[in-house]
Amino acid sequence: MSVDRVLPTPEAHDLLDLVRELAAKEIVPRAAADEAASRFPRDVFSLLGASGLLGLPYPEEYGGAAQPYEVYLQVIEELAAAWLAVGLGVSVHTLSCFPVAAYGSDAQRAELLPAMTGGELLGAYCLSEPHSGSDAAALTTRAVPGADGYVVDGVKAWITHGGVADFYTLMARTSGDGARGISCFHVPAGVDGLSSGTPERKMGMRSSPTAQVRFDGVRLSPDALVGSPGEGFRIAMAALDGGRLGIAACAVGVAQAAFDAASAYARERRQFGSPLTEFQGLAFMLADMATSIAAARALYLEAARLRDAGRPYGTQAAMAKLFATDMCMRVTTDAVQVLGGYGYVEDFPVERHMREAKVLQIVEGTNQIQRLVIGRAIAKGSIG
Amino acid sequence: MNIVVCVKQVPDTATERKLRSDDKTLDRDAADGVINELCEYAVEEALKIKEAHGGEVTVLTMGPSKATDTIRKALAMGADKAVHLVDDALHGSDALSTSYALAQTLKKIGFDLVILGSESTDARTGVLAAMLAERLGTPQLTLARKVDIDGSAVTIERVTDYGYDKVEASLPAVVSVVEKINEPRYPSFKGIMAAKKKPVETLGIADAEIAADQVGLASAWSEVVEFAAAPPRAAGTVVKDEGDGGAKAAEFLASKKFI
Repeated sequence: MSVDRVLPTPEAHDLLDLVRELAAKEIVPRAAADEAASRFPRDVFSLLGASGLLGLPYPEEYGGAAQPYEVYLQVIEELAAAWLAVGLGVSVHTLSCFPVAAYGSDAQRAELLPAMTGGELLGAYCLSEPHSGSDAAALTTRAVPGADGYVVDGVKAWITHGGVADFYTLMARTSGDGARGISCFHVPAGVDGLSSGTPERKMGMRSSPTAQVRFDGVRLSPDALVGSPGEGFRIAMAALDGGRLGIAACAVGVAQAAFDAASAYARERRQFGSPLTEFQGLAFMLADMATSIAAARALYLEAARLRDAGRPYGTQAAMAKLFATDMCMRVTTDAVQVLGGYGYVEDFPVERHMREAKVLQIVEGTNQIQRLVIGRAIAKGSIG
Repeated sequence: MNIVVCVKQVPDTATERKLRSDDKTLDRDAADGVINELCEYAVEEALKIKEAHGGEVTVLTMGPSKATDTIRKALAMGADKAVHLVDDALHGSDALSTSYALAQTLKKIGFDLVILGSESTDARTGVLAAMLAERLGTPQLTLARKVDIDGSAVTIERVTDYGYDKVEASLPAVVSVVEKINEPRYPSFKGIMAAKKKPVETLGIADAEIAADQVGLASAWSEVVEFAAAPPRAAGTVVKDEGDGGAKAAEFLASKKFI
């Protein structure tokens, strides 16, 4: 992909060059085979970690690279274009680091963050449960406070990196009252009583394990608590605002990859004596695809710049997630159409992109929830 | 140990490469400049030797000012500092005068071990390591697929048609490497940032005590007299199978001496 990017600094250009090189040499060549074999590319994450890409938006003193979201998200976009399992994996990992980075004590930040952002560890984010998805505040996993910390019991569902993560950022109930009874915890993968289920058999993103994570009498020390007791839901929602931008960037990347494949094919493929691009029916389709990708990119970058400027951006993040992922579903479906029969077979990447796109309309808040978030902001008069 | 890695910026092999019509030298502006691939293996080997035995890795390049991109790449991989030999008088130097200019520079900056790729993707003479060693009066250990350092002894496995030779010498020495030797690392983002702050010394020919009349196009021992663009690829031969397709295909392969 050769997107002409306006980036804020020369170092951001160097960073994107590095990411494109890694994508072209180490990620793209194996994506299809690992997807077909449902093989998790842990070594790719190790390489990205060694290259300094697993803590981009966090402070340098804690092992990060202090990059603005505007730059970090374009890295995610490039990675997702190469292989969604990797782009989305980096987004989920970065989201999992957010509570400690933003709400942890100084001691927690100093002790935990350098390893979390330094590239050797991979994180997972445990909010959803089998019976609590969009209604996240209804979660029932309990962390019962005792004399020497907490005892956690419950099951988390749809956990990206479930079973392969090195740490889990957990939202659990510490008291009975709704959203205000939820607290956030940092849980190392090795603790007794933590186990993961068989990975789900997914429509796409098969190389990235998604599994239930079971907490069975898991004992956590008092300093595993991130933020104050009862602050977990607020932390979870704040983390999701950033996470939604990550998903928007992933969607733009997947759409761009599908468009690149479709447009290259349309220039080369000839029917009735002309390249497909000479037929207005297809040319207009490709024009709409390119335009909507550019619009989605502009939308997530605008939300990112608000965030980087320290302004409220949650509604804009919801808009970006909604628009970019619906766009991605449409563009990848059209890309299959442009390739015709060749689009429907595994010899070309666009059928994979179409399968990948669907999950993006569901994760980090379904697109119905995004509309709810935007609708509430309109009702409050805070936008529009 | 003071290790110097010679690196070269070459036109990207993925782009169309051209010669200049005026002086028949390589048109370095026509294509993107990238680090010569084998030079990355040389840098990697230097870094490995430093990691195992301590010391310092200096990158040395001779090239126009835009070759700083190549220096930065080597520094981002982990080299400590760089020397950039850049002078208009060097333009058009052939292998012989390049080896002279680099040898003069190496004498000035000092070294225990010089490592370089066994050839570049542009000129592909593959003789620089040998010429350098000769000019420096050191042993030459070329085409290494493995390098071991033990005290002041350097041992390599030199790739040959029949396998490899074990070649041993004492430091200081010049070693050239082949792509079998290692897997070059990617620079990290932190490495890229750090590279911007690493010292790069720029030398002209006077600084390195290089005689102007021994370098450049005018004093080159070889001359490009004429060149032509590679002919466009001709249309392939189509064999129509009328029951004898196999025989025709075999005939074609035999005519090209493939079978």
